[in-house]
Amino acid sequence: MTDFTTASADAAARPKNNSLFERGERTRRRHAAERRFRMMGLAAVIFGILALIGLLGSILANGGSAFWQTYITLDVYLDPAKLDKAGNRDPEALRKVTTFGYAPLISTALEQLIEERGIVVEGLGKKDVSGLISKEAPAKVRNTVLADPSIIGETVTFNLLADGRVDGFYKGRVTMETAELDRNVSPAQLLLADELKEAGVLSTRFNLAFFTAPDASDTRPEAAGLGVAILGSTYMMLIVLALSLPIGVAASIYLEEFAPQNRLTDIIEVNIANLAAVPSIVFGILGLAVFINFVGLPQSAPVVGGLVLTLMTLPTIIIATRAALKAVPPSIREAALGVGASKMQTIFHHVLPLAAPGILTGAIIGLAQALGETAPLLLIGMVAFVREFPSAPPEGFFDPASALPVQVYNWTTRGDPAFVERASGAIIVLLAFLAVMNITAIILRRRFERRW
Amino acid sequence: MTPGILALVVLALTILGYVLGRQRAVAEAKREGVRLHSLPGYYGQSVALFTAVPAFLLMAAWLFLQPLLIESQISSKIPDSVIPEGGARSLVMADVRRIADGLDLVVSQGGVSEDELLAMRADFTDVRSRLAEVGVALGSSVSPAVLEAAKSYRSIGKIGSLLRNVAVIVAALGFGFWAWRRVRPSMRARNVSETFIRSLLLGSSLVAILTTFGIVGSLLFETIHFFGIYPAKDFFFSTVWNPQFRGGSDLGILPLLWGTFYVSLVALVLAVPIGLMTAIYLAEYASSTLRSFAKPAIEILAGIPTIVYGLFALITVGPLIRDWIAQPLGIGTSSSSVMTAGLVMGIMLIPFVSSLSDDIINAVPQAMRDGSYGLGATQSETIKRVIMPAALPGIVGAVLLAASRAIGETMIVVMGAGAAARLSLNPFEAMTTVTVKIVSQLTGDTEFASPETLVAFALGLTLFVFTLGLNVLALYIVRKYREQYE
Repeated sequence: MTDFTTASADAAARPKNNSLFERGERTRRRHAAERRFRMMGLAAVIFGILALIGLLGSILANGGSAFWQTYITLDVYLDPAKLDKAGNRDPEALRKVTTFGYAPLISTALEQLIEERGIVVEGLGKKDVSGLISKEAPAKVRNTVLADPSIIGETVTFNLLADGRVDGFYKGRVTMETAELDRNVSPAQLLLADELKEAGVLSTRFNLAFFTAPDASDTRPEAAGLGVAILGSTYMMLIVLALSLPIGVAASIYLEEFAPQNRLTDIIEVNIANLAAVPSIVFGILGLAVFINFVGLPQSAPVVGGLVLTLMTLPTIIIATRAALKAVPPSIREAALGVGASKMQTIFHHVLPLAAPGILTGAIIGLAQALGETAPLLLIGMVAFVREFPSAPPEGFFDPASALPVQVYNWTTRGDPAFVERASGAIIVLLAFLAVMNITAIILRRRFERRW
Repeated sequence: MTPGILALVVLALTILGYVLGRQRAVAEAKREGVRLHSLPGYYGQSVALFTAVPAFLLMAAWLFLQPLLIESQISSKIPDSVIPEGGARSLVMADVRRIADGLDLVVSQGGVSEDELLAMRADFTDVRSRLAEVGVALGSSVSPAVLEAAKSYRSIGKIGSLLRNVAVIVAALGFGFWAWRRVRPSMRARNVSETFIRSLLLGSSLVAILTTFGIVGSLLFETIHFFGIYPAKDFFFSTVWNPQFRGGSDLGILPLLWGTFYVSLVALVLAVPIGLMTAIYLAEYASSTLRSFAKPAIEILAGIPTIVYGLFALITVGPLIRDWIAQPLGIGTSSSSVMTAGLVMGIMLIPFVSSLSDDIINAVPQAMRDGSYGLGATQSETIKRVIMPAALPGIVGAVLLAASRAIGETMIVVMGAGAAARLSLNPFEAMTTVTVKIVSQLTGDTEFASPETLVAFALGLTLFVFTLGLNVLALYIVRKYREQYE
């Protein structure tokens, strides 16, 4: 009642506005407020989209260049006097020659080439010439020789990685000014690299090794690749898929179709809802305490990562599967039961196949989440520096490996700025995987989703 | 026989069980001239289930328990004299395991026979260099007692594995045979296998409970352990966080909680208004073309892994804030700061808040909107005066859920907030959070008995309690609100 009286009092106090064609002061204010509110909403949407563009743009701008790499093409004379003193090509003896034995061969080859082409650059020290080539190059030559000792004594053409700084010079990361201050590279070296580029010896190509090579140490960012990480992530995804899909689907069928209304069911449901909201790092602590300390599984192993990610993915898959089961209309169940199928037959022969697209979509989305998860993997030791490829499964599940997102984190903690480019490149690879998975999920949903 | 091969053997027995069970049912029915109760396949299925499931359960339990039993056996055999001053028994046990693994390698690669190994004595043979040859590096030379422990660790382990293989195969054969003998035409095979499958389904749904028990159990156990060696009062009320690896550390949680709270606050201040306005605009104003483009774009933000946001904070937002705001104003010199982490986390939370609010706004009945329009209210007035009050409990719930996300977020703060524990009001300074410290205390070479490592479990428990509390509160509020309209 009081509302009425105040409203009428208001109306009496308000100046009258009699024209329908001219808006009153108050209407104008209200419309202005309406426009302001609308603009705020639009601004919020635009902010969100700009944030997305900024995020993806900065990663692409920083990481795109990781897919290109500078190589130096060299004819290296594999001097038998240095590599195989005995001359009998004995593999054991050949293995005794370390990469230090191979490095002089490469620098000699480069020096010869510079002399032949008549390239003169002032202020170049002796070490500067060999500094153009990555420290990884001798290892590459050595591996080639060990794989085929018969090439000793011949002159073989190699595509060797250029040093990270030289590579950075062609990607705009290193300039003449920064080179002045840098202990690892001199401006003279960069001038020499330019000359070599003109001579066609040095070139920038697609970096296939980025996908296949293992990680490399701090001093040779140019050689670092994602091979071990991609393999480790694949192993973990296999484990997650093999465990979480059957367990998740079984749990959902029970809860959706069989569970009686009782305490236990309530507890399970509340549990699943809460597990979905537990921070991922807590799952990492669980993995460390239970799987590594208690059961004694090895650190850094894909099997531990897979188990932890399985537990994390389960709630997602259960929620999606239950939604998919719920979407199958009861008439299907009733029809099956009506012609004499048992409850179990109804579910496994009719309901589950009809819910399969929804379940698969949920599983793929759960897997995509698991693929990008980093924090729990840090705790179970996947951040360790791993250069060896894990062997084939099932033994490989217990070998140390890395994972894509952890490799990104690992590279961001390194000192050399070249690793930032690598980390961003790795993110692009990760996002590409995620995009493929999500698009598959969307296509699945579009193709097979049935509206009842 | 490795567990993998054992599993394959059990699998083969299962298939065999299926075939034999089915055959027996068909043959018996023919002989007795009666009809089977169930389809023949169900007889096979019941035998197969009884062959496989108990055997696999036994195998899983054995794989889980064997290391524990062996550990306690061996660990009681190690004399106290071997354990170094101030060191822990668990460290010596870790050495024993390493040496045992190394001895395996010595046997397989180094050409040492089992007998020679048994005769090997730490007093005479340089075990350390032997192990180094096969690539197992040890910190110190091996004492005789530890070598003996390692040897018996190996032999018990071997016996254990042999027993396991025998037990699993016997279980598979035994249960399989029993189930096979039960097969008669009158047996209700379908009911048997369906009851069996149903209990398997129930078992799978208990995994969720087991996980929760695992989380709570491991956190509680180690936290109690931690409070046994570090006073709880200092942990909860000290304002100094200064872990020292030589001991005598200050492990006060307050600076970490403050950092967590501050970063989350910045994130929520950004994410809640923007997320809410986004949801309102897309639900009430946007044309269908804009919606079909903007909604997926914002959902993409939700699907991006947090490590990507972390990298964004590290290489883009951090330097940007430092060079354009903090340094010109003279209020900070570090690129990792509360502001950096908070802003990036805010961006991460926008889609979370907006999709939750979207559901809530759509749940407000159309009749309330129509009533408001009918009284002459503009759209924004309807939203502000009618929809928002009606949706308020749901929105509060959404904000609480977002807060719980922000508190538990790890990678963004690890890469964006810094590692220095400090209590400060300046958002352009680096601070640290609970999750950052869990990561830093538990990665790298960790010694499990020290308070510096165990504190991570106490931090984890605190985090778990906070996020769980926020979630329960949020769910309670949302559920209460739903009752009004349904």
